[in-house]
Amino acid sequence: MAGKPKLHYFNGRGRMESIRWLLAAAGVEFEEKFIETREDWDRIRKDGSLMYQQVPMVEIDGMKLVQTRAIINYIANKHNLYGKDMKERALIDMYVEGVADLNEMTIVFPVHPPGVKETKLSEIKDKAKNRYFPAFEKVLKSHGQDYLVGNKLSKADILLVELLYNVEELDPSAIASFPQLQALKTRISNLPTVKKFLQPGSQRKPPTDEKTIEEAKKMFM
Amino acid sequence: MLNIAVSIGEILPEPRPPPGPPAALWSRRAADSSPSALCSSGAPSGLQKAWKAIMTERPKLHYPNARGRMESVRWVLAAAGVEAYLPLMHEPLQCRAVAGPLPMTDWWKVSDTGNHLLFQQVPMVEIDGMKLVQTRSILHYIAEKHQLFGKDLKERTLIDMYVEGTLDLLELLIMHPFLKPDDQQREVVNMAQKAIIRYFPVFEKILRGHGQSFLVGNQLSLADVILLQTILALEEKIPNILSAFPFLQEYTVKISNIPTIKRFLEPGSKKKPPPDEIYVRTVYSIFMP
Repeated sequence: MAGKPKLHYFNGRGRMESIRWLLAAAGVEFEEKFIETREDWDRIRKDGSLMYQQVPMVEIDGMKLVQTRAIINYIANKHNLYGKDMKERALIDMYVEGVADLNEMTIVFPVHPPGVKETKLSEIKDKAKNRYFPAFEKVLKSHGQDYLVGNKLSKADILLVELLYNVEELDPSAIASFPQLQALKTRISNLPTVKKFLQPGSQRKPPTDEKTIEEAKKMFM
Repeated sequence: MLNIAVSIGEILPEPRPPPGPPAALWSRRAADSSPSALCSSGAPSGLQKAWKAIMTERPKLHYPNARGRMESVRWVLAAAGVEAYLPLMHEPLQCRAVAGPLPMTDWWKVSDTGNHLLFQQVPMVEIDGMKLVQTRSILHYIAEKHQLFGKDLKERTLIDMYVEGTLDLLELLIMHPFLKPDDQQREVVNMAQKAIIRYFPVFEKILRGHGQSFLVGNQLSLADVILLQTILALEEKIPNILSAFPFLQEYTVKISNIPTIKRFLEPGSKKKPPPDEIYVRTVYSIFMP
């Protein structure tokens, strides 16, 4: 084991935030190397560290992992956050993929121009309220357990709770009519590792604002 | 198995009757038409009941009769040598050509009674007592079940990384038919560039590096199946796309010649033809209000 995982990304949420959540929830300390200038970006692409010339990239256990899902799955497998057998893994995957579809909308939301933002916000609210949240509410209600799958914490719980926080930032009453989701959010937030991550001074990144987008654009274009 | 069925909040339904649109689907549309001889199902015979029993064991794929996001699943099942029964969502539409159009809203009511679609989306695959949705979760389950996911966590992670990159490229192909005609030509150029500059060099280097026939662990994996699918689909649009990649050329031939895959590539298999105008219109008519 080669020390702490090292996360290569911009100093912002984007696609790396879910990985930060997962590592934090698993109680894994990690380092971050931020890409802050055009030179940083050129350098990291030239030195062959990025398989597809893309970030996120995480140096972990002697590997340079890319592709958000591959990274998340490795961490989940390593830290027993992926169920106990194939079938539990299938359910966990299914739930996480649904979460990722909605989370994707919150990730790209800050990038839209103001006119488009309103439409996109309605879309997020609609999909959350009518498609995704009811599905997870139903799962929790059906078995009455503390976690989505197998009565044990998995990446599905962590990433769903991250999603709930993300959607609530855009729509404060998003889970008002989903008591099971509220309870899950509270339970997961109270896990010591997650609680620490939610406090100021952690490696959790703030919501992406206009200024960050402008700076990122300058770096890429 | 029961816990899983309960935890997705569903009861496993009766298996569908054998080929032909399920009676339940048809009867809901009886109001506006009488079924043609082509579409009527009637009470199952003894032979049909036996057939039903066999079919219950096989994975069932729910999707329109087209490639789309289900094609990768068809590829993996075929590569693994798994027989799959495929109830075709378009069958009611074929029958409907005789009987009259199905109102858009009714399709959702009809297909989603009993809550078969977790996020109201397809692909959906009934397999081993589960109703799996989300392409990646389906692919992972099948891969793991049929030893196509590596022998340990490190191999699994490499396979994941390769599959994810390839799926990003395949996504361009999946979305292509739905672009405006003006954008379609430009997108072919974009696909070619991405393939040649970003993705193919990675896999060429891997193959050259270890000199083996497969991407990971010297055995067939999900990564090989998805990469081959993507290469062949790209070659349909850009025939010389592999011209600068000798190792990938050889690899394509080798993987295509694996018996299960070879069979899948022959006429009469469950492989679907390239998307066309009819496919696009069908998707819009089913899915978009």
